[in-house]
Amino acid sequence: MRWGDLVLLSRAPCGADCGSMILAGLLSQLLNGLQYGLLLFLISSGLTLIFGVLGVINLAHGSMFMIGAYIAFLVAKSLGSLWFALPVAILAGVALGALLERVLFRHFYNREHLDQVLLTFALILIFEEMRSIIVGNDFHSVPVPAALDFSVPITNGFSYAAYRFAVIAACLVLAGALFWWIERTKTGAIIRAAAEKPEVVDILGIDARTVHMTVFAVGTALAVTAGALAAPLTSVYPNMGDSMLIISFVVVVIGGLGSVSGAFWSALLIGMIDTLGKAYGQLFVGSAFGNTLAALAAMSVYILMVAVLLFRPRGLFGGRA
Amino acid sequence: MSEPARMLPQGKAGWALLAAIAVVLALLPPYVPSYYVGLITLAMIGAMLALSLHLLVGGVGLVSLGHGAFYGLAAYVVFLMSPEGSPKPIWLTLPAAMLVSGTVAFVVGGLSLRTKGFFFLMVTLAFGQMIFFVFHDTKLGGGTDGAYLAKPIISAFGATLDPRSFPRSQRGFPAYYVALVQLILTYLALAWLLRSMFGRVLEGIRVNEHRMEAMGFSVMRYKLAAFTLAGAFAGAAGHMWALHSGFVNPELVSWHKSAEALLMILIGGIGSLAGAVLGAFAFTALGEIAQQVTERKLLAEGVVILVAVLLLRNGLMGIRLGRGKTKGPGGGHG
Repeated sequence: MRWGDLVLLSRAPCGADCGSMILAGLLSQLLNGLQYGLLLFLISSGLTLIFGVLGVINLAHGSMFMIGAYIAFLVAKSLGSLWFALPVAILAGVALGALLERVLFRHFYNREHLDQVLLTFALILIFEEMRSIIVGNDFHSVPVPAALDFSVPITNGFSYAAYRFAVIAACLVLAGALFWWIERTKTGAIIRAAAEKPEVVDILGIDARTVHMTVFAVGTALAVTAGALAAPLTSVYPNMGDSMLIISFVVVVIGGLGSVSGAFWSALLIGMIDTLGKAYGQLFVGSAFGNTLAALAAMSVYILMVAVLLFRPRGLFGGRA
Repeated sequence: MSEPARMLPQGKAGWALLAAIAVVLALLPPYVPSYYVGLITLAMIGAMLALSLHLLVGGVGLVSLGHGAFYGLAAYVVFLMSPEGSPKPIWLTLPAAMLVSGTVAFVVGGLSLRTKGFFFLMVTLAFGQMIFFVFHDTKLGGGTDGAYLAKPIISAFGATLDPRSFPRSQRGFPAYYVALVQLILTYLALAWLLRSMFGRVLEGIRVNEHRMEAMGFSVMRYKLAAFTLAGAFAGAAGHMWALHSGFVNPELVSWHKSAEALLMILIGGIGSLAGAVLGAFAFTALGEIAQQVTERKLLAEGVVILVAVLLLRNGLMGIRLGRGKTKGPGGGHG
């Protein structure tokens, strides 16, 4: 996967500006990494919450990202503006999550892993085919909203797309709201309790079913929203959720399963490493072992995951599991 | 818990039934359209993959999402050894494919078996995807579009079987018979393995890992051995795919392949080797019917999986045998 239009550092000869060009390139890569990492957090926090509280593995979580992106595409196409996509995506995500939990997942909390894997695999196939029936199999670009369709000048000769800044801001707001919800509200306290000691929630007379449905709906909505935010950056295309699913798994493994704050730091780390690895790995191409080094740079997050598994099997930031 | 006997054919009658099926499969090709010869070959390849995964799922209770990678990797080994225009003999490519898949499985297993439950699922998925990216994103194996390869020459002890010497309608026969022989050998090997001391220890690990550890068995070593063997057997299946189709693409390596193999096992019934074979045939037939009835093959597949997961708790074998409830592998939360 190529994340958006990476501003690659070219090795074209440069004059006196060389230093500042390299700096500007690095800065834009760092911003790309931050923005990618924050989107990753929205996806993987849902994944880790759903696992942590419900104990269910949701392979269809990547499909939620895909659905969000296509919602953005359809809304932008039919209403002519992307602004409505965000509220539509959030509402649709909550509704879809609640529905899936009520109809399907509720019956799978105590089933074997194999059943959960196959259930969610079936959902991936069904969602992808629905997407194919409704929109078709073509690539579609999603226009950036006109109000954000400009570049923010940062230094001489270097500017950064305003929409990417907007995505960073939106992700930070959502992440802040999520942390506030989990750490500061009563519902959040119940959810934390449910993740650590499910039986306590029962003893206290709290309806665990409501907790489950809430968590699933919020987790799903986060992924759908991430998809809607990412759509103008990545375009929409078949199976776009697949690569996000896998990288989110890596985030969750490195962050520690079930830990939202772990997922946050891990997502930022992965976003940075992946972006920088893919951008600067290209520089190796042409030198001795260049292709191998470039491939290794592209796989750096997986290598990191292996290292974490070897030395910190519970995750780098693993608090509770 | 399923007793070990369920893993194997039930006594003499079961073996006799299996032998009869093998004989029917051996006699079938001249009497069916060549299209179905190819289809049954595909089903047999699927059965080999499902059998290899069954060693993990049914044998040890490990659900891996990276198993398809070893299958696809082997097909790519054939591609690298025997590129278009210069075919190599099968006695060279098959061992090489199994060796490479087995070796990679050994490394992946050594790392991922340090984890359990959901972590294991995620980690095997990520490793599988790593292998996928190698073939998807680099030029090593033809990139995204895949590539053609020279089908390995079917030769043994100096005798060679050249498909091109057959009339057009029978060109699929050599691959069919190689697949049939390989399927039977895989089945017998796994049946023997599961019945051996090794298989009993795996069964013990599946039922109660801590007890086996306390009894002095090195659980990690046994799991790793099973993971490596399963990888090598998946490699044999992937090699057969290359031999049959003469084509590789990254889809072979993707985790969807692993999920399909898991599905075959689930359809057939987790508790038995024969179930894995039955499931693979049922899955292939299902795909074929879905393809002919509707253009939406994946949708039909998804719905059937959904129904199977919701209703068919013990697989087709469960219906046939009419056994009581059997707990599958996995268990508790991670």
